[in-house]
Amino acid sequence: MSDVADRVKKIVVEHLGVEEDKVAENASFIDDLGADSLDTVELVMAFEEEFGIEIPDDAAETIQTFGDAVKFISEAS
Amino acid sequence: MFDLTGKNALITGASGGIGGDIARALHDAGATVGLSGTRVEPLQALADELGERAHVLPCNLGDAEAVAALPKQAADAMGSVDILVNNAGITRDNLFMRMSDDEWQSVIDVNLTATAKLCKGVLRGMMKARWGRIINISSVVGATGNPGQANYAASKAGMVGMTKSLAYEVASRGITANAVAPGFITTAMTDKLTDDQKSGILGQVPAGRMGEPAEIAAAVLYLASPEAGYVTGTTLHVNGGMAML
Repeated sequence: MSDVADRVKKIVVEHLGVEEDKVAENASFIDDLGADSLDTVELVMAFEEEFGIEIPDDAAETIQTFGDAVKFISEAS
Repeated sequence: MFDLTGKNALITGASGGIGGDIARALHDAGATVGLSGTRVEPLQALADELGERAHVLPCNLGDAEAVAALPKQAADAMGSVDILVNNAGITRDNLFMRMSDDEWQSVIDVNLTATAKLCKGVLRGMMKARWGRIINISSVVGATGNPGQANYAASKAGMVGMTKSLAYEVASRGITANAVAPGFITTAMTDKLTDDQKSGILGQVPAGRMGEPAEIAAAVLYLASPEAGYVTGTTLHVNGGMAML
């Protein structure tokens, strides 16, 4: 697993309080990992800080799963 | 009574009567204050009066770019914005049938849109801190209406609806959002009223007098305090009983 994926996974585990093995490629933050809509906003904020990037609101809305996040961040950073 | 030591508060309209007293009250309670307003001189005079823990942050809320920049300027100056008091407001009174698009829009822009943008601008830091206080200064006329003030009343009622919606969204993060709705308070805004208008208004105020800016500041201080952590989405009416809502 890539470095980006590890760091994203760590944030997701810490923020949502879920087991690491639940954070699968296609795990949806809201449907599978118990996030509410505000959690997803906070996750994006945490990603922005961790990776020093800006994630615009329209892009943030497309980040629904762990895999989406890793893909977006890998391309942006 | 209320201790705001270590908290940083941004107050708009701090050059006015109510805003100045809000800044004094929060500062007296130990907060660092960011004084925003369009006129630098009265802001600087207030900062000089308060001494330490006071920053002057001039901003014209009719200027969208200046509004967008203010939250960051405030956070840079103070370290964070833990308390936001949207107090700035303008009036451009006219009969509704004669009200120009500009009279309508300028009041909505400053009173409602700038308030929304400042709320949005400070929320990120509050979410991370898991603590925040947003206090929007509405008006009794937002609830009752007032002839000649359709634009102002709409903006002030809009603030209340926005505040409640925001309160829902961020309550779980330790952030409260409330409104304070002053009645008739002795300020530059009400000084413009004629004596006839004033006596007419006082006839509707059970307390039989105008309110003082310090009486609005006291309500803001309470809502900003740690003790008010379970109060959110409410409107605190401070109006001498003229509208019991």
